Amino acid sequence: MWQPILTRNIHLPNSEKITTYFDHGGYQSVRKALTLAPDDVIDLVKRARLRGRGGAGFPTGLKWSFVPKGAGVTRYLAVNTDEGEPGTFKDRAIVERDPHQIIEGVIIAAYAIQAQRAFVYIRGEFFLGVKRWIKAIADAYQYGLLGKNILNSGFSLDISVHRGAGAYICGEETAMIESLEGKRGEPRLKPPYPVQAGLWGQPTVVQNVETLVNVPHIVLNGPEWYAAIGTEKSTGPKIFCVSGHVNRPGVYELPLGTPLRTIIDDYAGGVRHGHTIKAVIPGGVSTNLVLPAQLDVPMSFEGLEAIGTQLGTGGIVVMDDTTNMVEVARRTVAFFAHESCGSCVPCRLGGYRLLETLTRFTQHTATADDLQNLQWLVRGINGITFCPLGAGMANPVNALLHHFDGEFRAHMQVN
Amino acid sequence: MPMATTSRTEIAGHGARLTDPVRQSMLLTALYLAQERHGYLTPEAIEEVASRLDLPLGHVFSTATFYSLFRTQPSGRFVIQVCDGLSCYLRDGADKVADYIGGKLGIRPGETSADGRVTLERVQCLASCGTAPALRVNDALYENLTPTSLDALLERLGEN
Ligand SMILES: Cc1cc2nc3c(=O)[nH]c(=O)nc-3n(C[C@H](O)[C@H](O)[C@H](O)COP(=O)(O)O)c2cc1C
Ligand code: SF4
Ligand code: FES
Repeated sequence: MWQPILTRNIHLPNSEKITTYFDHGGYQSVRKALTLAPDDVIDLVKRARLRGRGGAGFPTGLKWSFVPKGAGVTRYLAVNTDEGEPGTFKDRAIVERDPHQIIEGVIIAAYAIQAQRAFVYIRGEFFLGVKRWIKAIADAYQYGLLGKNILNSGFSLDISVHRGAGAYICGEETAMIESLEGKRGEPRLKPPYPVQAGLWGQPTVVQNVETLVNVPHIVLNGPEWYAAIGTEKSTGPKIFCVSGHVNRPGVYELPLGTPLRTIIDDYAGGVRHGHTIKAVIPGGVSTNLVLPAQLDVPMSFEGLEAIGTQLGTGGIVVMDDTTNMVEVARRTVAFFAHESCGSCVPCRLGGYRLLETLTRFTQHTATADDLQNLQWLVRGINGITFCPLGAGMANPVNALLHHFDGEFRAHMQVN
Repeated sequence: MPMATTSRTEIAGHGARLTDPVRQSMLLTALYLAQERHGYLTPEAIEEVASRLDLPLGHVFSTATFYSLFRTQPSGRFVIQVCDGLSCYLRDGADKVADYIGGKLGIRPGETSADGRVTLERVQCLASCGTAPALRVNDALYENLTPTSLDALLERLGEN
């Protein structure tokens, strides 16, 4: 039986308190990290082969090693607590129930890249999370874990909390930077990447909450211990979120590479009584479907890529045989169309047209032309939008059209 | 209103502790504070934020309207935000919950009840998909909704 690492504290009473965290070995890792050279910390994370948990899976240690060094450079760390991909609720669980574990990761990451200033960006809707962040940071200051000369190491770090205000796109790292600078959250052109020029043009590392909580465990237990968990290319534990038609929805921490079927059947209690699985979204609604014949797929970056989809956020949405896939398509597009920042035409207009057309299917007024238009629109959005949100909207529709063509046809106008 | 008074002082206090590299980064915080004070972002409130942060009025207005949690119209004392996400829909939420509440209050999403108490809205995923269906009332989250729990909630909103 797998013993949780990242989520081991979240069910403790008063798990959000600094004293609870201390009682369970908290902040030992920071003490150790501060005795190492910053580059040695980066090296540990590289050797652990930790990959980002916010969606794209970029190697974390490598990202840190890209940050320009030298005395004259102001570097920033930005903590991505913007979690908004439907089907995903892991970061919220950590922020609300174990915020000190994140702060410990933040201090170590900031030390490794030599940033003296970290910004927490949190979704405006996470009200309890905002309170927990602020309280946890205040307590960490109190115990000398933040501020000037942390634990007499000579390293100083300040953190402030910034609330988003209801825009999914602000989870995208450059849009988040714009928002932190007090602007509309519209993505910036890359390159330059934030590690070169981010907040106020300075090198900025943007990191997901779940990624950061892996770091203290790597420093404390060593990269070999860490890399032995998971698969060769996807090391470490992962927090999977399971929702939809299962008996026990919730967050389940397991090693990367655990088969999807095991997560659904053994942990989430299987699909609800008397039904069979029709399709599963493996990593948040922007990722392509997994079909019943593919349920043994290992939940790793490479395992999902091999079957044409992605690990994404690890937000697993299970849909049983009663599910109307045309409505799934419409609802998914409704989300992205609403959340489009509007700055580029294929996404802004294409999303709107896609939604209009799909709505005609759900209302049984669509024609054969509409079916053609869907395919045409998907092609017109995919690959040419300014940021990945556009593809996140078009890809699922493409997959649904491909696998459930009959269902779309059955939703057309009868005449 | 979307932000409780406790957090106002906490956030303001926290911002004061740290000197921000650029004053403009406090814009969203300032807008939250203004919205909390006036109930919504009145034209005067937007002007005040702009002058305090020394920013063009157009910048403040266009930033405020970009974000869905900022309101430029008055709302009811309670704002019910029903999650419209896929996981909530799959667990008999989203449409069903919005219809149920709308039916009881005699309003549709986007509208405020005749007594000015409740505004009903539909919002995107609240990251409560594992405890779906979910909704928010002002700052509080309600999960695992059932007709019974919805009735109890509406009753409480009617009382105070
Ligand atoms: C449209 C869009 C939304 C995103 N939303 C989030 C988010 O809510 N949280 C997050 O951590 N990363 C999100 N990302 C990914 C970030 O851009 C970035 O890759 C990530 O925060 C880097 O951290 P990591 O390397 O630790 O994963 C999003 C990306 C896109 C394109
Ligand atoms: S793809 Fe959509 S979200 Fe991304 S920049 Fe274009 S309009 Fe904005
Ligand atoms: S879909 Fe409703 S909370 Fe995520």
